[in-house]
Amino acid sequence: MMIRVLLAAILAGLLAGAFATVAQSARVIPLILEAETYENAGVPDHGHEPATVAHDHEDEAWAPEDGLQRTFFTLLSNLVVGASFALLLTAAIMLLNQPISMRSGLLWGAGGFGAFVLAPNFGLPPELPGMPAGDLLERQIWWTATVAMTAGGLLMLALKRRLPWMLAGVALIVLPHIYGAPQAVSHDSDVPANLAAQFATASVVTSALFWLVLGGLLGAFLARAVKQEDFAGNHA
Amino acid sequence: MSNTEVVMLATNTQSVSWPISATARLYTAMFAGSLGVFLFYFAAFAQSDLLHNGTHDTRHAIVAPCH
Repeated sequence: MMIRVLLAAILAGLLAGAFATVAQSARVIPLILEAETYENAGVPDHGHEPATVAHDHEDEAWAPEDGLQRTFFTLLSNLVVGASFALLLTAAIMLLNQPISMRSGLLWGAGGFGAFVLAPNFGLPPELPGMPAGDLLERQIWWTATVAMTAGGLLMLALKRRLPWMLAGVALIVLPHIYGAPQAVSHDSDVPANLAAQFATASVVTSALFWLVLGGLLGAFLARAVKQEDFAGNHA
Repeated sequence: MSNTEVVMLATNTQSVSWPISATARLYTAMFAGSLGVFLFYFAAFAQSDLLHNGTHDTRHAIVAPCH
């Protein structure tokens, strides 16, 4: 097992996750908090925030308190998500035996953004708390299938130069959208449309930065780890 | 991809290719992939109230389905 490679991937993911937390604090998090004021006003027992009424409190699941505690848990989850994306990219790079550098890492990051953000967003727009949406499990299944098929399609387009492969790649990317994402029954929402539009732009731009930072760091760190591994192997 | 293409790509971008056996490469890739899926599931998809509330803002920010 190439421990150095795995550690390099995890480190790149953690740093990208820390970067994401800073980037999200500019626009994305403030918009989520603002949407929650409408969500809580419109649907009082949605169970998202700690109850304000004392006798309800014991029935509510734990949630981080707004402020430092909530930011800390968001940082923690961003670190985990960053590490998971970096490990997934590393798995694909190694399975396909692709050479790696900071520059190719940026391309992998751009591909990750296309597969994990752009493709599912075409069917399922970025959600704010309180926005109507279809059944959660169905959306998670569609989201996962779309990400996997888009990733496969992009890789076929990027790595295979022959027409049948390229057509298959395009088909994989298009199919989930022909099938269609699970949609909300109604579009009525307590969250103002303007807020939702701002969130869609802010979350996509922030995600793009996150994926590029992730890809660039991953490429640089993996290339370094491989060189070190090579060196260690030659002199063992 | 042919060997020539790999070499060209490597020269163009000063890339490093994988100087290990195919077996070691595949095992490492499978381990990285499984760990990645496992971590992502708990951070973004798992429906336990505790995990959902702790990871809430991240799920919205990375545009995963949350509610």
